[in-house]
Amino acid sequence: MIHSLFLINSSGDIFLEKHWKSVVSRSVCDYFFEAQERATEAENVPPVIPTPHHYLLSVYRHKIFFVAVIQTEVPPLFVIEFLHRVVDTFQDYFGVCSEPVIKDNVVVVYEVLEEMLDNGFPLATESNILKELIKPPTILRTVVNTITGSTNVGDQLPTGQLSVVPWRRTGVKYTNNEAYFDVIEEIDAIIDKSGSTITAEIQGVIDACVKLTGMPDLTLSFMNPRLLDDVSFHPCVRFKRWESERILSFIPPDGNFRLLSYHMLSWDVGKINPQKLPSLKGTMSLQAGASKPDENPTINLQFKIQQLAISGLKVNRLDMYGEKYKPFKGIKYMTKAGKFQVRT
Amino acid sequence: MSSNSFPYNEQSGGGEATELGQEATSTISPSGAFGLFSSDLKKNEDLKQMLESNKDSAKLDAMKRIVGMIAKGKNASELFPAVVKNVASKNIEIKKLVYVYLVRYAEEQQDLALLSISTFQRALKDPNQLIRASALRVLSSIRVPIIVPIMMLAIKEASADLSPYVRKNAAHAIQKLYSLDPEQKEMLIEVIEKLLKDKSTLVAGSVVMAFEEVCPDRIDLIHKNYRKLCNLLVDVEEWGQVVIIHMLTRYARTQFVSPWKEGDELEDNGKNFYESDDDQKEKTDKKKKPYTMDPDHRLLIRNTKPLLQSRNAAVVMAVAQLYWHISPKSEAGIISKSLVRLLRSNREVQYIVLQNIATMSIQRKGMFEPYLKSFYVRSTDPTMIKTLKLEILTNLANEANISTLLREFQTYVKSQDKQFAAATIQTIGRCATNILEVTDTCLNGLVCLLSNRDEIVVAESVVVIKKLLQMQPAQHGEIIKHMAKLLDSITVPVARASILWLIGENCERVPKIAPDVLRKMAKSFTSEDDLVKLQILNLGAKLYLTNSKQTKLLTQYILNLGKYDQNYDIRDRTRFIRQLIVPNVKSGALSKYAKKIFLAQKPAPLLESPFKDRDHFQLGTLSHTLNIKATGYLELSNWPEVAPDPSVRNVEVIELAKEWTPAGKAKQENSAKKFYSESEEEEDSSDSSSDSESESGSESGEQGESGEEGDSNEDSSEDSSSEQDSESGRESGLENKRTAKRNSKAKGKSDSEDGEKENEKSKTSDSSNDESSSIEDSSSDSESESEPESESESRRVTKEKEKKTKQDRTPLTKDVSLLDLDDFNPVSTPVALPTPALSPSLMADLEGLHLSTSSSVISVSTPAFVPTKTHVLLHRMSGKGLAAHYFFPRQPCIFGDKMVSIQITLNNTTDRKIENIHIGEKKLPIGMKMHVFNPIDSLEPEGSITVSMGIDFCDSTQTASFQLCTKDDCFNVNIQPPVGELLLPVAMSEKDFKKEQVLTGMNETSAVIIAAPQNFTPSVIFQKVVNVANVGAVPSGQDNIHRFAAKTVHSGSLMLVTVELKEGSTAQLIINTEKTVIGSVLLRELKPVLSQG
Repeated sequence: MIHSLFLINSSGDIFLEKHWKSVVSRSVCDYFFEAQERATEAENVPPVIPTPHHYLLSVYRHKIFFVAVIQTEVPPLFVIEFLHRVVDTFQDYFGVCSEPVIKDNVVVVYEVLEEMLDNGFPLATESNILKELIKPPTILRTVVNTITGSTNVGDQLPTGQLSVVPWRRTGVKYTNNEAYFDVIEEIDAIIDKSGSTITAEIQGVIDACVKLTGMPDLTLSFMNPRLLDDVSFHPCVRFKRWESERILSFIPPDGNFRLLSYHMLSWDVGKINPQKLPSLKGTMSLQAGASKPDENPTINLQFKIQQLAISGLKVNRLDMYGEKYKPFKGIKYMTKAGKFQVRT
Repeated sequence: MSSNSFPYNEQSGGGEATELGQEATSTISPSGAFGLFSSDLKKNEDLKQMLESNKDSAKLDAMKRIVGMIAKGKNASELFPAVVKNVASKNIEIKKLVYVYLVRYAEEQQDLALLSISTFQRALKDPNQLIRASALRVLSSIRVPIIVPIMMLAIKEASADLSPYVRKNAAHAIQKLYSLDPEQKEMLIEVIEKLLKDKSTLVAGSVVMAFEEVCPDRIDLIHKNYRKLCNLLVDVEEWGQVVIIHMLTRYARTQFVSPWKEGDELEDNGKNFYESDDDQKEKTDKKKKPYTMDPDHRLLIRNTKPLLQSRNAAVVMAVAQLYWHISPKSEAGIISKSLVRLLRSNREVQYIVLQNIATMSIQRKGMFEPYLKSFYVRSTDPTMIKTLKLEILTNLANEANISTLLREFQTYVKSQDKQFAAATIQTIGRCATNILEVTDTCLNGLVCLLSNRDEIVVAESVVVIKKLLQMQPAQHGEIIKHMAKLLDSITVPVARASILWLIGENCERVPKIAPDVLRKMAKSFTSEDDLVKLQILNLGAKLYLTNSKQTKLLTQYILNLGKYDQNYDIRDRTRFIRQLIVPNVKSGALSKYAKKIFLAQKPAPLLESPFKDRDHFQLGTLSHTLNIKATGYLELSNWPEVAPDPSVRNVEVIELAKEWTPAGKAKQENSAKKFYSESEEEEDSSDSSSDSESESGSESGEQGESGEEGDSNEDSSEDSSSEQDSESGRESGLENKRTAKRNSKAKGKSDSEDGEKENEKSKTSDSSNDESSSIEDSSSDSESESEPESESESRRVTKEKEKKTKQDRTPLTKDVSLLDLDDFNPVSTPVALPTPALSPSLMADLEGLHLSTSSSVISVSTPAFVPTKTHVLLHRMSGKGLAAHYFFPRQPCIFGDKMVSIQITLNNTTDRKIENIHIGEKKLPIGMKMHVFNPIDSLEPEGSITVSMGIDFCDSTQTASFQLCTKDDCFNVNIQPPVGELLLPVAMSEKDFKKEQVLTGMNETSAVIIAAPQNFTPSVIFQKVVNVANVGAVPSGQDNIHRFAAKTVHSGSLMLVTVELKEGSTAQLIINTEKTVIGSVLLRELKPVLSQG
């Protein structure tokens, strides 16, 4: 499937290449550079570029183009989604994903990429499995390794790889057992000149940070699960249970993960007093010497509301089975502007 | 230097300059002129020395630097000899990096690469599955043709490995070998066929990938695995899901008839290459039937639906395209919501999803209409996303929403992104032609745009107005006049050309303006763009023909200018026009028709979506995105007019031979006949039922293994036949003739010859066997009444039966059971792997078995989810710091089919290592067996490890006592299984359930339960029952009856649980089983649980 991968920075240098089948000359990227030139802006470079013998599929993140070379028919989203997963993995490993960081950690990057694909087909993409195979670099570990001669590379197959819960490894231990859930909602809206709402919808996610010992089995229930009808889940969520009881039941991955995301087209605003309509005013001042702005600029709004999920979604309770200790549990709500635009 | 040709290398500057030089050194001799080379050489010497040192840290450093070079695309090939020496390094990181290096350069240094092969061959037998797997990965990635036979052997062995992880790697290796040497295709297909039967979710995606690459046309290999794949799908890893769904989409389009009411896509079933003679027979009777969906078709649609909720966009898209291509049109609507959800994702994902929605929205507007507003453009969208959204909005426009849309479009026209504004104008034009009610409104709007400040907007409007006016020229004299005025100001050539063309076409409607325009144009002719010049010529010609009095001279002037133009197209056109319109002696008959030629009524252009012609590509594919057939694209065939024989998917069927020769029916029988003539014939003549019967024939003692292997059909029969070889030797040579048919024969044969070892208690199963297979009865001892069954019925029944046959078999040796390690739910730790199984002799056995080891039964269903209950095996206080807990993972045990699988988690709570943890003396009741975990060398302080073991409890709740030992101590521990853990859930239909329930030999125990009504909701009952016992729910037709089925692990006896709700708050709990003791214990345990609030 995926033949090769090239990492290209914004100035057009290929700073890393990796091949999973026989080597593809980096001159294939010339086609990419051509397209890049034509597109003028990075975000307009087409994600799929055909060349005479290959196809170049790319994603653009953190000012880096991740260009995959493929040779035969493959669902383009397969490759694109995988490339995003690569970026996420790097971020997970190194905290940030940037050119200098990748260059500094080139060996780890290479080892990780080697594990992620075999012959171009994904082999391990779960970060917990990868982290058992190739340990993320930390200063402490580097020092220890230098002294003891131990390595960053695991010599046992990660337990997750064969388990029915590949996202979790066994033998997790914490002194403080805690589980935090953030319900974050973003409002996407377009408001027209006259102030009326053209479209508005809510995009919500529940991000979790779970640090629990052993193999905890969690259930999360909502006061108003009916609100959620367009949902996508982390693979750990038992879909059948959700279907039948509207309860999220799952063995969580260790650490940070996105439990679910949802999408709502409308919400209940509640009561607003027509005598005292809420209003928001602002002025725009131009710096001296700045050129005149566009005729009808679109205003992008940013705001945050703490401790409120605008959709009204509320978590009812969180229970843990399978382990004996009492974990500390926390829920946070937040609403913020997503793509909130006011046309003028 | 090479860096010149690769601007990107220049960046590496400074410290890397020396490495840069290496690109040159590899090809040019190092004695070259540059001083750079010498230092470079030294540097490589450096690396070589480090690699040869005996310190691992130095080697590792060297390897890291070399990998860094590879990553930057620099040549490091000359280090090959020094690197390859380290392939056997004990340090795992060095070893891995050497692997990386080898894979990269082996192709270039084939001879040297061969030095490493023996290391891999050794590693392939390593007890550590990770090492076996990575050895296979590297070995198969070394693209050296000479090792093809070694690779083939390794793949074959690995495909029978106990570890599903290794088998997954074997599936990947298949593709590698195939691309290295396509000659191996046939052999590889055999391996694919074997791995397709693998039940591990880990393997499924990879082997389907191999199938798609090596032999996508061998649809026949899928039949038997179709249902299994459908059922496993949800649990397969996400990447595998995508591949499997795409493959099954193609499969469905060849195997099922169209569920769409419109008959337009029904013709042409020429693509049904697999259609065999007997399909033809069925054609005739099926034709008249009203459409009913094949249950298998339904199965696929139903089982993919939950995946629309996947977080992986590729999976969602794959399901969406599956629904689009194979579900009834009325059901495809559910995909829209999920696709719209993906629009919140990254721009690349949006791009692909929008493209697919664009194609869909042309054909079925209704699907996306409710989400119209989700496609509204935001100023922050990249242009390519904007244009795609616009495209979709246009497709969705109709009378009802057009006014809203036009208002929205007005905003877009004002956009600063001019390319997008222009696209919007095109869009308005398309809406105007598609929706007649708004044509005038749109036209007026466009005319207003003609006074826009921005020229691009004006030009685009002109072009679109031109197209619109062509549709209804009569009424729009005013607009034409307005546009004629624009000629003074507008400079964009396309727009000028459009105006001129428009005036020419309508010159008789604007008789005063047209000649004046021509006059102006004659003045500026020489400075115009070629495109405009051509239209000036056209305008002249048209006016000459309609109004020669006023324009004759002007036209001739223009023709003279054109005659000497620089552009030959214009000179050509001039010559052509002159001949046609200016009468002279030479002019032929054509000039008579000049007016008709120039002023013919021209058809209005159709303003169409660029996505119109994409629908012939399968959605979600690369070919669809590019609108070009990509290399390796597999056509989606049209629905067959008549469905091919659905019974080919029956799992029981032992019909491989037939499938292998798809066109004509199998001829192999002849040879087999020699051995076992009579049953042979029967099998030929009867179809699905006969196959299943040959299965049922597997009643002899030896057949036991096939049952034991936890698997159905062909594979198990194959196993058993090769088993027979080794055991009885009677049918030597059989293994060479590997058609499954013969093997199955062997089975039937051995049946009758061996006489019967049928257990009495297998009565029930026997009778169900008989239902589907009356013919074989004569040879097997078991029988009872045989009744003809409908096909679908027998499908189910046989499945059931199989399960039972299996259980009733005589016990078998452990070695054999190890062969089929199809763990549905694999062991969760590497240590649990029974290493002894890999002894050389056994490996040889494995090899001999070829296709036989894996298998695919769906009989044992997946256990329902229950929170894991952990039991204490050894408390840390009494274990001197060693704590042990165990739980029942409720999965078929990999160590033997009669064993209950148990996972033990060991914790070291001390502050020192605990060494050599193993199981010591066992005190087991008679008959009970135990498969212990491998000794654990050491457990670090605070460390924890989970190991698997299996205990055959002989279907009793007796305690298994044994010693858990460390280096220094032994602790007595025991495990007493709850009765509910002695079961494995089975899937069966309500009908089968009822049938089993009343069979003789089934004892019934029952009890009345009283509880509050809220405890009698289906989900509560289900949860309570499965909490207590590992049973599977049976679909029930009545709301008040809940049924559950399971089999006991050891004997495989059925255990049927019924909860029937009565009036008031009472319910009747009934348990039917042959195993009265277990039955009543289970009843005792279930009763209080169901009663309590």
